[in-house]
Amino acid sequence: MAAEQLAPEKYEEQHVHEVYEQIASHFSSTRYKPWPIVESFLHSLSPGSVGLDVGCGNGKYLAVNQDVFIIGSDRSSNLVKIAAKHEPHTAIVADTLALPHQTGRFDFAISIAVVHHFSTPERRREAVKAILGFLKEGGNALVYVWALEQKNSRRGWDEGHEQDVMVPWVMKSGKKNLNEDGSTEKTFQRYYHLYRSGELEDDIVGVGGKVVESGYEKDNWWAICQRRLQS
Amino acid sequence: MKLLTLNFLTCAVKACKSSSASFPLHPKDCELVSDTIAPNPQLVYNVLPRIDWNALVTTASELGFPTLPATAPTKEELENDEKMMKELHTLLLETSVSEGILVCGNCGHEYRVKEGIANFLLPNHLV
Repeated sequence: MAAEQLAPEKYEEQHVHEVYEQIASHFSSTRYKPWPIVESFLHSLSPGSVGLDVGCGNGKYLAVNQDVFIIGSDRSSNLVKIAAKHEPHTAIVADTLALPHQTGRFDFAISIAVVHHFSTPERRREAVKAILGFLKEGGNALVYVWALEQKNSRRGWDEGHEQDVMVPWVMKSGKKNLNEDGSTEKTFQRYYHLYRSGELEDDIVGVGGKVVESGYEKDNWWAICQRRLQS
Repeated sequence: MKLLTLNFLTCAVKACKSSSASFPLHPKDCELVSDTIAPNPQLVYNVLPRIDWNALVTTASELGFPTLPATAPTKEELENDEKMMKELHTLLLETSVSEGILVCGNCGHEYRVKEGIANFLLPNHLV
């Protein structure tokens, strides 16, 4: 657990939500290229499918397929404002652990680089459980989380490293001074839980889900999962 | 927020999820806007069977739209009825709530829609 002194939801508010709210437009300008596995997942959907993008950020995945209908959601209203521009979809402001979606109604869901922002194992599992609960029987969810094993990345983390980390976001501004001392750089720290190999699959199975396919792509673990059918 | 969205959303309060009174949410003092979106018949035909038609009838009537038929048209009916196709396209995809309130029929909680974006964040005592 990353925060002994603060309740996890307060900790995440400070070290995740407030940061994204402040860096929204700069963050968005750097997030436009869809990751290939997410893109092919979205293209594989049949027309008229109705699904979710949980933690949609600036909505870059809402631009991929216009023959399906996606309800995107994010905690950051500044990011949702950007996401809401993608037709024919919708974006709403909501908390991943208190989403207004009806259970069992959706053909698919994606949650890309979101679940790793929850600061306790219980809350990460609760997030996966909530996403699975919105799916119809047979519906697929694609979940992406940052990997601990990424020794070739510029961060250089690998097996054995601390999994709960603060990751800086450096915002540069050529025009206005952001700091009192007149400098034009401001650094924000975001909380991440780095997933080790197998951990995402364990979380899915641990909340009663089924892993259909999983793998590693560019410093991330991903899994396609389903609700386990009630027998 | 598009009208189609309302057909899939209920109250964010956990205790309300199992109550049939929480769905659909009831629009109150809502302003609507209409955007022009390129028609996509494939999308509308295939979304149709996924729609909770009774809920859509309720939502449309609460927003003051002409009464929808009591049962959903079939895909074949829709394919042969250009007018209905256009009306559904307009209602589901081109019509958005731009300002107003969405009310849960179970707990009475009100969710605000501002500049086209609905906010479902709950106050601490409801989480």
